[in-house]
Amino acid sequence: MEPSHHPEPAGSSSGTGGRPPEPPVVHLRRAVALLGDFPALAGADLDVGRGEIVLLRGANGAGKTTVLRTLAGLVRVSEGEATVLGVDLVTDRNAVRHRVGLLGHGTGLYEELTVADNVRFWARACRARPEDADAAMARLGVDGRLRNVAVGRLSTGQRRRTSLACLVARRPELWLLDEPHAGLDQEGRDVVDSLVRDATAAGATVVMSSHELDRALSLADVVVTVAGGTTRREQPGPVVVPMIGDPQEAPDVA
Amino acid sequence: MWRDALLVAGKDLRLEWRSRVALNQVVPFAMLVLIVFAFALDPDRGVLERATPGLYWVAVLFSGLLALQRSFTIEAVDGNRDSLRLSGLDPAGIFLGKAMAVGVQLLVLEVLLGIGVALLYTTQFRGWALLVATVVVATAGIAAAGTLYGVLAAGLRVRETLLPLLLLPVLAPVLIGSTRAFEAALADAPADGWPWIGLLAVFAVLYTVAGVLGFGPLLEES
Repeated sequence: MEPSHHPEPAGSSSGTGGRPPEPPVVHLRRAVALLGDFPALAGADLDVGRGEIVLLRGANGAGKTTVLRTLAGLVRVSEGEATVLGVDLVTDRNAVRHRVGLLGHGTGLYEELTVADNVRFWARACRARPEDADAAMARLGVDGRLRNVAVGRLSTGQRRRTSLACLVARRPELWLLDEPHAGLDQEGRDVVDSLVRDATAAGATVVMSSHELDRALSLADVVVTVAGGTTRREQPGPVVVPMIGDPQEAPDVA
Repeated sequence: MWRDALLVAGKDLRLEWRSRVALNQVVPFAMLVLIVFAFALDPDRGVLERATPGLYWVAVLFSGLLALQRSFTIEAVDGNRDSLRLSGLDPAGIFLGKAMAVGVQLLVLEVLLGIGVALLYTTQFRGWALLVATVVVATAGIAAAGTLYGVLAAGLRVRETLLPLLLLPVLAPVLIGSTRAFEAALADAPADGWPWIGLLAVFAVLYTVAGVLGFGPLLEES
């Protein structure tokens, strides 16, 4: 990793007061990741500074989920440079996993276990304290009578909240959120937004994709467009609604 | 590693306790196997008596396959395998925890099957030390080998049919060793049984070491 090669991340809290700039939390250069023979990432570049909120946008299948899974150390980087939280993903992607939190399409929950069982299990797995699990359940509103309900009996939104509680209890340094607003009601979406803001205020970094473009753009410091397995960094701006019949300009952020 | 193993074992056993899959499906299946054999061989009680150790362990193996499949099915759905990989849990600890949970379920199953054999086949148990030793080391071997092959098949869509195909040939030494040791115990000739315990122990140790070393890479590729 060569920090001098990286542009100062927009919205970054680093590099102030005459101190040397912090190395980026995420650094991808010409990163290639294969899913089978298919290059899901085909030379992606990305720099994310500490405390930044980055929104990934792009058409379905553009590679947003692959970017998030790559940053989590779940997808092997076969070519290029890839560093997350100072860990080289090319040589040791396992080492970063316990420091990131990924909210994916799946819930990552055991249906027969209760909300409390699930949150406490995943919290204990990453050495978090039991009180962290309890606080996370309270923050997501899945405490009280819900804590002893089996996950299989919860609504989609309540499961999503439970998944988020598991992530919050882990206290990750890098939050990777794949459609975090999906399946949530208005209150739940507000909770997600406040969680993201609080996390970055506490020094964590967030990379997310979201269908909730208005919400996501109001949160994001930086917007990165993903297309064809490559990335292009932009400043957040107003949503441009495409003209009907112009699918190339569709504001699809899935 | 052991902390992670106990955490995973506790989670798997709590899942079983809440879902009752083993109790409601695996145990009745095992009892049905015993009953079917009892009907098939009932006209000749001599054959049934001689075949009891083998029938017992065949029932254990078939039922154990169901418990092993269940152990990995719960990790194959809804992103749970990714969560395990991201959890920071030591893969060796995950292997030992899952093997321990399967082992505990098998031990309960074996006790219930023993009662079933005593009632259905009117078997008189003797040589308790050899019987207990056989049950413990054979269970350890089945759980270790089953957990290792279970993660190998876990990510495949054909895992339900692939696991028995992979595992039953591998477990043939356990079936032979445990059957011979049981025969020796029931015949009140324990000296003939202890060498088989050695074979079963070597099998269990080999697959436990292989699982501790190999579970991580297999979890990555599954």
